[in-house]
Amino acid sequence: MTTLLMNATVLTDASVLGGERRDLAIHAGVLVDPATVDRGTAEVVDAAGLIALPGLVDLHTHLRQPGGEQAETVASGVRAAAAGGYTCVFAMANTNPVADTPAVVEQVHRLGVQAGLATVRPIGAVTVGLAGERLADMTMLAQSAARVTVFSDDGRCVADAELMRRALEHAASIGGVVAQHAQDPHLTRGSVMHESPLAAELGLAGWPSVAEASIVARDAMLAELTGARLHVCHVSTLETVEVVRAAKARGIAVTAEVTPHHLLLTEELVRSYDGRFKVNPPLRAERDVLALREALADGTIDIVATDHAPHAPEAKQTAFADAAFGMVGLETALGVVQQAMVETGLLDWAGVARVMSTAPAAIGSEPGYDAPLEVGSPAHVVLVDPDARAVIDVSRLQGRSTNSPFLGVELPGRVLHVWHGGARTVADGRVGATAPEGGR
Amino acid sequence: MKHLLTAAMPRDEAIALLDLAEDMHQIQDRELKKLPALRGRTVVNLFFEDSTRTRSSFEIAGKWLSADVINVSGKGSSASKGESLRDTGLTIAAMGVDGVVVRSGASGAPALLAEWIGRPVINAGDGTHEHPTQALLDAFALRRRIHGDAARGRALDGVRVAIVGDIAHSRVARSNALLLPALGAEVTLVGPAAFLPVPAADGTRLGLRAETSLDAVIDEQPDALMLLRVQLERQAGKVAPSAGEYITGWSLTDERLARLGGAAIMHPGPMNRGLELSSRAADADASTVLAQVTAGVSVRMAVLYSLLASTTEASR
Repeated sequence: MTTLLMNATVLTDASVLGGERRDLAIHAGVLVDPATVDRGTAEVVDAAGLIALPGLVDLHTHLRQPGGEQAETVASGVRAAAAGGYTCVFAMANTNPVADTPAVVEQVHRLGVQAGLATVRPIGAVTVGLAGERLADMTMLAQSAARVTVFSDDGRCVADAELMRRALEHAASIGGVVAQHAQDPHLTRGSVMHESPLAAELGLAGWPSVAEASIVARDAMLAELTGARLHVCHVSTLETVEVVRAAKARGIAVTAEVTPHHLLLTEELVRSYDGRFKVNPPLRAERDVLALREALADGTIDIVATDHAPHAPEAKQTAFADAAFGMVGLETALGVVQQAMVETGLLDWAGVARVMSTAPAAIGSEPGYDAPLEVGSPAHVVLVDPDARAVIDVSRLQGRSTNSPFLGVELPGRVLHVWHGGARTVADGRVGATAPEGGR
Repeated sequence: MKHLLTAAMPRDEAIALLDLAEDMHQIQDRELKKLPALRGRTVVNLFFEDSTRTRSSFEIAGKWLSADVINVSGKGSSASKGESLRDTGLTIAAMGVDGVVVRSGASGAPALLAEWIGRPVINAGDGTHEHPTQALLDAFALRRRIHGDAARGRALDGVRVAIVGDIAHSRVARSNALLLPALGAEVTLVGPAAFLPVPAADGTRLGLRAETSLDAVIDEQPDALMLLRVQLERQAGKVAPSAGEYITGWSLTDERLARLGGAAIMHPGPMNRGLELSSRAADADASTVLAQVTAGVSVRMAVLYSLLASTTEASR
C-alpha cells in the first residue's frame, strides 16, 4: 500500500478542457492522480461549473523593460499575464537597449524570475538594433542563461531578403525560429490604418493587405529554400491567410499567429480618430476578420498571440497619425477568443487549449505544455468561469497601461484561478499580491 | 450644429448656411463693415500649420462680427516645444475662449479637440481629411455664379463639377466631394492614378465617379472645373508625376481653355500659374478665383455666427 500525498491541492469537479467533469490534483508543482492525494490535508478548490485549461502561453508580448518602464515593466507585465490566465510569456526584443546581446536577454530573464507569476522567455533580435542591416549574435543569445529560441525584429520587418535568408539558416542551425513582422516598408510609408475606402474618407494613410501577404509569400519560399522554421506574427488579412494555407499545403515549415483584436474588431473603430484603435498591423475589414477566424479554426493559423503592447496615456491621447501603435491584450485575450471562436462554434475548449497553450509552447520550444492537464505535467492550470459576462473596465487591467480597445465592451468568461508550476498566481480573480518565492 | 468638423451635412442645413452667408455678404457693399453680433466673444485661431489666406479670412470674418480674434500659431508656441495637442487645446479653453478655429496637419485633430475641450470647434483644414469652410465657400461662389442675386434658397441641382488634381491628398477635394453632391451637383474626380483615392468595390472613389483623363472630362462640357493646388515636390513621394507630365495630362492649358466652353474656373489658391492652369485661364472671365476669396469671408462669418451667437447667449 502506497502513502497518500499530503498537503496537495485538489480542484473538484472541473470540466477538463471543456469536456468530462473530474477532479484534478496538484502536488509539488506537478499534476498528480487525485486518487493518490490525502484529502484530509489537501486544499480543496470547488471547480464545479468551471473549465480547466492548461496555463496559457503568449508567444508575442511587449514587456517594455528595459527602456519603456513608463508603459510596462516585467513585473507589471506578468501581473497582466497572470490575470489573463497566462503562465508563460515571450518578451519581444524591441526594448531600449534592444535585446540583441546576452546582457539584455539575461536581464529580462532575471527580472522574470524575480517577478514570478509567469515564466518570462526573452525573444532575441534578428538584427543588431532592429536596424535590419546586420545579423545579431543569435548563437550567443541561444546559449545565454536566457536560452533564446525565438528571434524577431517585431515592430519592424526584416525587409532585406538576403538577411532574412541568412537569419532563417542561422536560426535553423541552433534549433530556433524566426518570427517575422511581415510588412513591406515601401508599400506602407507613413501608413496608420487599413488601406480602404474608409481610409480615403478619413484622410489617413492606408496600409494595404498586399504589404503583408507579399512578404509572407517571399519568406515562405525562403523557408522552403533553407529548410528552416518560419513563424508569421499577427496575420491580419485574408490574402495572407491564403498564402499561409498554400505554403502549408506545399509542406513548408511555417506557423502563424493571429491577435485577439484582429479576431474581433474592424477598421470602423478608427472613425473616432481615437488612438486606442491604432495598431500595427491595423484593424482590417469584416471579410478579414471572418477569414482569420476560419483560418484559426481549420489550423491554417496555429496560435493566438496577444501582441500586448502597452503605451503610456500621452502616447495615445494625440492626433491619430501621431499616436503610438499597439494595444494591451493579455488580460482580455481569453474572453475575446471565447467570444470570437467558442461562442461562434468555430472552436471547442480543447481547441482553445491548443491555440493558446500547447501550440505556442511548441513553437517557442517551452517544455511542459505538450500533455495539457495530464498527470505528470507541470501544474500550469487555469480555471475559467465561461458563464460570466462583464463590461471591461480599467479594474480588469493589471498591467501598467490601459490602452485597451475593449474598455467599455462586454466580453464573456472570467479567469478565476491560475497555478503556475503549482504556485497559485490568481485566486478568485485576484492576482497574487506577492510573487511566490523563486518563481517556477 | 455645435461644431463645424465636416462638410457632410443635410441639404437643408447647407442651404440655410449659404443663405446666412448671403446675408453676411451684403456687408461687403457697406462703408462700415461691422456687425455687433459677436461683441464680447473671443475666438482663437489655433493654427498648427502655416496658412495666410484661411487664417486672415477667419480673422476678418470674426472682426466684422465684432468678436475678439486671437491668432495662435503652432510655430513659436508651446506646441512646438513638445506640448501635446490635448494640452494646448485644454490650455486655450481654460482661458475662457468661446470658440476655436483649428488648422492642423493631422487628420482628425479638430474632432479630437472638440471632444476634449467642450467648446465650439471649427475645422479650418485637417491634414488630408477635410476643409469644410472651403467647400462652403466654393458652393457659395458657384451658386452665385449660376443663380446671381436669385441664389438664396437654391441648391446646385444638376450642376456638373470636375475636381482636378491630387484628390488623394486634398482636404479641399474631400469636403467638396461631400458637400456638392448633397446640394445636387454631379461631381467627377480627375487626376493621375497615383493621385486618386482607393476605389470602393463598386469602382467609385470617395463615393464618386473618378477619371484619369482630363481631356475626356472636358469633352463632356462640365459647368465648373475646380483645379486643386498641386505640390509635386511634397506629395506622393517618388510616384508623383513630374511637372511636365502633370501639365501634359492635367493642367488647364490655353489649348484646353479654348475647348472648355463657359465653365467656371475655380481654384482654392494659392495658384501655381503654369502648373494647375495657365495665366490666361487664371485671369479669364470664367475664373471665380477672387470671388471665392470674397465668399470665404461671408461663409466664415455665417459659420462663426451660427456656432457662437446662439450657444454663448444660452450659456451666459
